[in-house]
Amino acid sequence: MTNTHAINDHYRNHQLDALHEETFSKTVFGFWLYLMTDCLLFGTLFCTFAVLHAQTFGGPPPKEIFSLPLVFLETMILLVSSVTSGFAILACVKNKQPQVTFWLLITFVLGLLFLAIEITEFKDLIQEGNSFQRSAFLSSYFTLVGTHGLHIFFGLLWLVVMIAQLYKFGITIETFRRLVIFSMFWHFLDLVWIFIFTFVYLLGVI
Amino acid sequence: MFGRLTIEAFKHDATQSMAVLSMLFGGVALISFITYLKRWKWLWNEWLTTVDPKRIGIMYIVVVLMMFLKGFGDAMMMRLQQAFSVGDSQGFLSASHFQEVFSAHGTTMIFFVAMGAVFGLMNLIIPLQIGARDVAFPFLNALSFWLFASGAALTLVSLAVGHFANAGWLSYAPLSSIEYNPGEGIDYWIWIVQIAGIGTTLGGINFLVTILKMRCPGMTFMRMPIFVWSCLCANVLIILAFPILTVTLFMLALDRTLGMHFFTVAGGGNYMMYTNLIWAWGHPEVYILILPIFGVFSEVVPTFSEKRLFGYASMVWALIFITVISFVVWLHHFFTMGASPYVNAIFGILTMIVAIPTGVKIFNWLFTKFRGKVHFTSPMLWFFAFLVNFTVAGMTGILLSAPPVDFQVHNSLFLIAHFHGMVIGGFLFGFFAAFTYWFPKFTGFMLDEKLNRYAFWFWSGGFLLAFMPLYMLGFMGATRRLDHYEASTGWHPLFILVAVGAVILFCGANIQFFGLFWTIYKRKQNWDHTGGDPWNGRTLEWSIPSPPPVYNFATIPTVYDRDPLWDIKHGKTAPPKKEYEDIYMPINTPIGMYIGGLSLIFGFGMVWYIWWLVILSFIAILICAIIRLSSKDEHELITAQQVKEIEDEHLRRMKSHD
Repeated sequence: MTNTHAINDHYRNHQLDALHEETFSKTVFGFWLYLMTDCLLFGTLFCTFAVLHAQTFGGPPPKEIFSLPLVFLETMILLVSSVTSGFAILACVKNKQPQVTFWLLITFVLGLLFLAIEITEFKDLIQEGNSFQRSAFLSSYFTLVGTHGLHIFFGLLWLVVMIAQLYKFGITIETFRRLVIFSMFWHFLDLVWIFIFTFVYLLGVI
Repeated sequence: MFGRLTIEAFKHDATQSMAVLSMLFGGVALISFITYLKRWKWLWNEWLTTVDPKRIGIMYIVVVLMMFLKGFGDAMMMRLQQAFSVGDSQGFLSASHFQEVFSAHGTTMIFFVAMGAVFGLMNLIIPLQIGARDVAFPFLNALSFWLFASGAALTLVSLAVGHFANAGWLSYAPLSSIEYNPGEGIDYWIWIVQIAGIGTTLGGINFLVTILKMRCPGMTFMRMPIFVWSCLCANVLIILAFPILTVTLFMLALDRTLGMHFFTVAGGGNYMMYTNLIWAWGHPEVYILILPIFGVFSEVVPTFSEKRLFGYASMVWALIFITVISFVVWLHHFFTMGASPYVNAIFGILTMIVAIPTGVKIFNWLFTKFRGKVHFTSPMLWFFAFLVNFTVAGMTGILLSAPPVDFQVHNSLFLIAHFHGMVIGGFLFGFFAAFTYWFPKFTGFMLDEKLNRYAFWFWSGGFLLAFMPLYMLGFMGATRRLDHYEASTGWHPLFILVAVGAVILFCGANIQFFGLFWTIYKRKQNWDHTGGDPWNGRTLEWSIPSPPPVYNFATIPTVYDRDPLWDIKHGKTAPPKKEYEDIYMPINTPIGMYIGGLSLIFGFGMVWYIWWLVILSFIAILICAIIRLSSKDEHELITAQQVKEIEDEHLRRMKSHD
């Protein structure tokens, strides 16, 4: 029963195209649902932060440890990376592979920069004696922001794989589909970051 | 090198060693049996690497049956301990071992029996009832199963290496914090539930997309079988509730391993937040279990009444209403926490409201039978057992939902009797009905009806004996999780009665296991002569051969009303034309199993703090995922000619059995 793929028949090609189209629509919808579960995951972390943000237990309150200019820089970097990932999709629709790779590389560099700043921020906090063990507030802060950072890390890994796939396969039905859901993932992380920026950093400093 | 894993972890007391030895013996026997039959290659090609939801469903059920035996063993140990351990006698279990047993019983039964059974049924039935050839994401489906199996395997590992959790099936903080529970038990619990839970979330996404996107032409929402509707609601609940569990377990793990302060007493943590979060997941969870069972009975009752389901639309709305309201009742699990009377009153009232849609369903089933031709087959007998026990347990639930009453019987055996009435009288009897009802669909032969009836009487009688006295004990002040009590309490006779009931239940379960093997052995006598429709069914799954071919439907059906097969049989719609087409099916892959196995190693490393193992297995999981996500979409082609041959072969085989 295994005549895999060795098919010249026009009719069968047509049928396979329909199959791919169906896979595309199911995958995008399924990934939306996955993002909703991720959204609830962050929602729960936000709730936890809301409950614990005042429990500093003698440790420093938010006002003393957050540096808004640095966080603003992070925010800008991430927002721009969202735009560049959008450019990658546009180039993909126009079937211009070198451009796609270029924009993905830019996105990767920006993401890496964001992560580097975040890690430095965490490192400084820990060195000053304000680690996640210090108080419930800091536990929930590190966990909420760190979970977002972890998502960014996996996004970067995904980008590396995507660039490699584009190099190997070019723009195909599969790589396009994977690029589309990557872009959804990346925009979603941007959105979550805006909430973190507002509720954790801005409200914390006010 | 091995973290905190030392030789001490392999030393157990006598009862535990027995369990470990029998487990090892069973494993070795199974491996040698497969080797003797020379079935490894078959097992690998046809089962372990499969992405066919029918096969995956059967594997779910196999794991469920194994874990059911383990969970039942735990229950028997508790019941016997409580029958003996009174006054001067201390019973045969130490207090610490008893704690592990009741924690393991709950964890096993909920996560690996009930959840597994739900996913098994969804895998087996949903594609067939919506006229689809597959689920939306076949590989993801296999991955969900292997994560589930890996959680189950880690539960068995915890039996042999070290100790299981001792803080109950939900490991309330701060009892589960590192301060009060420094051992590995809680970590076992965290990673067992976490691994299986991630599989569940992925499964929920998969089946929701399947139901929403893959229904056959003409199957609008209001023509879907109620079982599909109930699964739709259950999957919405999974998607909304399981992320909360994931985060809660994650935070507990961070508290324990990295010294954070989410649920600790010191450091500003808030341990009541753990109770809130775990029940914000936990209450929807119980509806995730029971809704598909409501769906099962909505299929069984019309079939065996030869009558269309009464009140279809009200059934659907009742399901949706329960789905919504299940998210706003979680506080009734801890009325005694000390929230204000206003808060308690609101949650009490919301809880009582759940009885209304549930009552709608009960009356719909009863009205379906009214003036129908009722057949007293064993699935229908399970329905009667369900109806009585579920209603009684539901009524005691209403009692518990009133905060003043709850303060009296909170954490007592009254509560235990109530929720066992729901999970045994509701869930388990429903699963038995589903098992008997759909068994011929996937094997081609029927379960032994006589043995089923014996099992039914043992379960019905045993259940009353094992759980009704618990209501009385609860009123007499007996709390749950007691490993010892004084003779002066006067509880001893009732505890003996309960233990007798448990033994009767155990006999019932054994009759079923024996019946299963007996039926398989005598399958030639029990052949389903209709070839696919032994019960005079109404829905699409009965319109195709038993067992269904890999592609399910040779021709994708078109549906014009509810109960499409019934309409065809009664000439209301024309039977589908026999036109065969080329069919593409996804190709098998072992990667799901690899990721499952690696997750087991990952979880083991996390439990014992073997960090190099954790890192290595995690990298290996990533590599597996990347390999899978970088492959091209490949399909296996089954040509129209081959489809015709398979269908003709079925017709020939059916005739030769007559």
